[in-house]
Amino acid sequence: MTTTTAPPAPTPAPTRERAQSLKRSLLILVAIAAVAACAPFVLPESRQSIAIRVLIFAMMAIGWNLMSGYGGMFSFGHAAYFGIGAYTDTYLLVTFGWSPWLALVVGAALAALVAAGIGYVAFRYKLRSAYFALGTFAIAEMLRLLATNTKWVNGTTGYHVPLLPESSWTMLQFGANAAEYFYIGLAMVVVCMVVTLLYLRSRSGIYTVAIRDNEDAADALGISVMRVRLTTMALSAAITAAAGMFYAQYYTFVDPDTAFGSAQSVQAIAPAVIGGVATPWGPLVGALILGPLADLTVTWLRTPPAFLDFLTGRSGLDVVLYAILLIVIALVLPKGIVGSIQEWWKRR
Amino acid sequence: MSTSNPSGNVLEVRGVSKSFNGVHALADVDLDVPEGSIVGIIGPNGAGKTTFFNVVAGALRPDSGHVRLFGKDVTGLPPHRIAHAGMARTFQLMRPFGSMTARENVVAAALTRGGSHKDARLAADEVIDATGMAAWADATSDSLHTAALKRLELARVLAIRPRILLLDEVLAGLVPAERAPVVDLLARLREAEGLTLVFVEHIMQAVMKLSDTVVVFDRGRVIASGEPTEVVADPRVVEAYLGQELTGA
Amino acid sequence: MTARTTSEEAVPSEGGTISRGGTSRRAALGRSPVTVTFALLIGLTVAALLRSGSTAITGQALLTGLIAGGVYSLLAMGLSLIFGVLDIVNFAHGAFLGVGLFVTYEVAHQTGLNPYIALPVAIVGLFVLGALIQLLLLNRTIGGSLERQLLITLGLSLLISNVLLLAFGGDPLSANLTSDPGVHVFGAVANLSRVIAFGAALVLAVLLYVLLERTSFGRAIRAVAASRQGAGLVGIDVRLVYVVTFGLGTACAGAAGMLIAPFTTITPTAGDQFNILAFVVVVMGGLGNVTGALVSGLIVGLVEQLGGVAIAGQSPLLGVFILFLLILLIRPQGIFGAKAP
Repeated sequence: MTTTTAPPAPTPAPTRERAQSLKRSLLILVAIAAVAACAPFVLPESRQSIAIRVLIFAMMAIGWNLMSGYGGMFSFGHAAYFGIGAYTDTYLLVTFGWSPWLALVVGAALAALVAAGIGYVAFRYKLRSAYFALGTFAIAEMLRLLATNTKWVNGTTGYHVPLLPESSWTMLQFGANAAEYFYIGLAMVVVCMVVTLLYLRSRSGIYTVAIRDNEDAADALGISVMRVRLTTMALSAAITAAAGMFYAQYYTFVDPDTAFGSAQSVQAIAPAVIGGVATPWGPLVGALILGPLADLTVTWLRTPPAFLDFLTGRSGLDVVLYAILLIVIALVLPKGIVGSIQEWWKRR
Repeated sequence: MSTSNPSGNVLEVRGVSKSFNGVHALADVDLDVPEGSIVGIIGPNGAGKTTFFNVVAGALRPDSGHVRLFGKDVTGLPPHRIAHAGMARTFQLMRPFGSMTARENVVAAALTRGGSHKDARLAADEVIDATGMAAWADATSDSLHTAALKRLELARVLAIRPRILLLDEVLAGLVPAERAPVVDLLARLREAEGLTLVFVEHIMQAVMKLSDTVVVFDRGRVIASGEPTEVVADPRVVEAYLGQELTGA
Repeated sequence: MTARTTSEEAVPSEGGTISRGGTSRRAALGRSPVTVTFALLIGLTVAALLRSGSTAITGQALLTGLIAGGVYSLLAMGLSLIFGVLDIVNFAHGAFLGVGLFVTYEVAHQTGLNPYIALPVAIVGLFVLGALIQLLLLNRTIGGSLERQLLITLGLSLLISNVLLLAFGGDPLSANLTSDPGVHVFGAVANLSRVIAFGAALVLAVLLYVLLERTSFGRAIRAVAASRQGAGLVGIDVRLVYVVTFGLGTACAGAAGMLIAPFTTITPTAGDQFNILAFVVVVMGGLGNVTGALVSGLIVGLVEQLGGVAIAGQSPLLGVFILFLLILLIRPQGIFGAKAP
């Protein structure tokens, strides 16, 4: 096909550009990981939990961002997948002595399956927007109630990971505050990021964004909307389940509230929203901001300034701060920190 | 596929009806579209043209009747299955993938043909050149104006290489100077690739120039069809338009 | 995939009410939703009878459920009103109820008087709080996406419950009555405080209904709910209506919080479980349908208690969630149809 109407324009080489943008993203990721890898040398050992919290937030938010940011399917119930990851891990470990790595595979697959099931029903019945969000919230809450009242997953007690006398890579267990936890968590975040970046450039990933932007047009062009959505949901759930498994291994304990509580759903949403919904680095930035809040405020409230004396030893300030951050971001920076920077950079 | 298709018609619509809340948007509509032909659909606003497209392309399920594509019954199949069967449609109100650039829109469409990403990018480049989009192909489609979006809408469906194309007012909103290249492109696609076209259009000049057959819709029914010049002279058609200027632009 | 609403002539309204295509499947199940609902309630009653084998237990569940439902009705009417007029899915509604609990606790403890004197304080206080939030925060996001509003109210919910945690600590508090005798109704027993909560909630609900239906301000609210632009054109101050509406909605939550305070363990997160309950009621009654919420509150109260007996060993809330998912899937417009109040 040729034409006489096309004005002469510098034709960019899209093929090379695209490959470069992937390469650039991966390079940025390597740089971030390299800097992050220094954390154990800088952070005092007693502060390691902060870094771990950042990593867990990051994983959860990466998962949520894939489905709700890029996919536009607003999940209010990622605690369901987080909890499935955590419970599968501890259940298989406590009951059958399985390695957490094996349990990770099973947990991620199970979460993916559950997500696909939820998605199938929800989209078949055309559940959208706020209805979809409320539906996912209800499902996570149902799982919490079921776990609370079901004996074969120990009801309200939940599980303690049996402590081993020595460190073990196979059983993902090390001494308290061992740097291994951090490096394993970091490696998992990097893997989740690479998977996400590759997925977004795959056929299915491109379709995911197309469907979010305009479902009818995508359908009319031959994109199987249901299949693509379920794939994205499944991947998102699997990533979040990985976060759940790592959480259970690090804290060596899960119960229905820590696994399926609505707080976990919020912790998947908040970093992504604050960092920037549907931006690759948003979840990481958001996690980096929210992760340290809890420890910082606890320290600060141990000896607060005189006029805030009455708050000594109280808790809740961290969530107050991040709630304010969430509200402010939603009000004035709907694209989040990374999204707003990107926009500013483009308009410069 | 034409072997399994003795009638030679790419598209056969038989007795299709559709009503919304008791209002007949389509009533017993028949249509035959021979391979390689260009069919223009005209009619006053609310005559059911877009509903007809929605039923044929699978976006709406008809209350009764059948749609056969290349001899196969596709009634009630979802739009993406119909697209894979070789029929594509554009939307009257443009529906870009807003967060993507125009080029990425076209690439996304080209990917549905199943080839590699590289194939899709090459195919997209080709369509972008052919539709004259190259100058602004890397702009985010959210930022494009109507005329550009109309072209993007067309480019996107061309990228999936359909054998039959349903175009819903792709010329509306373009100034006359912008229409000619699009009309030329469509005529050329028919010549070069045997593309079958069904298009809804208000711009009579284009309808008269392109169409082999003109079909007139009024209140959900086909009230006339035939050669463009015959149809325009048909008194029923004139009445349907109630004195509206038919031959002008 | 069945019916779709892609006809260009009837483009679904974006950002406003959620347009959805009715499917034939849905229509079949939803033909007589009120009958289906009553059949469900009777079925649950029978299940509860069979499971417990005791008319006393089942009767008690019926009474407890109905009485609890009165408060759900009041709470959900506020939530539904906010959705109907403002298109905001207010995720902070449960947190506002929590504020009502603490207001009651404070008033009762500071004055040493009966907790019920806190009712006007809770209503006025929560009205002012809600009105201020709408004025300062939410009026800036009118017409924003539902998700954005959801995020803001989620932030508010976290903010409120954690400010309460900071201020009062996490230990459970109470605002009990000095005496709370049992009241006998048809062989079942309910505490006086619960009976008062039920009665007062219904009275307030009816007052709200009268305010909406019989006063000129109520007409203005309904006009805004029907059409923001239209109301603006006829000279209604839309922003003022928004502020008052949100205030009324939160006042409902505050009143509900006060009324349940005498028999509720008061903690900063006590309001959370009422959040989802209120949403169940609102969706069941039809998003934005205030009268629907009134009736559905009672139904949800019954389902919760009967379900608790019928699915023994599981949380009573489980039955409510199952009901919620069924309604979302089969009849998202609710049993009485979603509409403006």
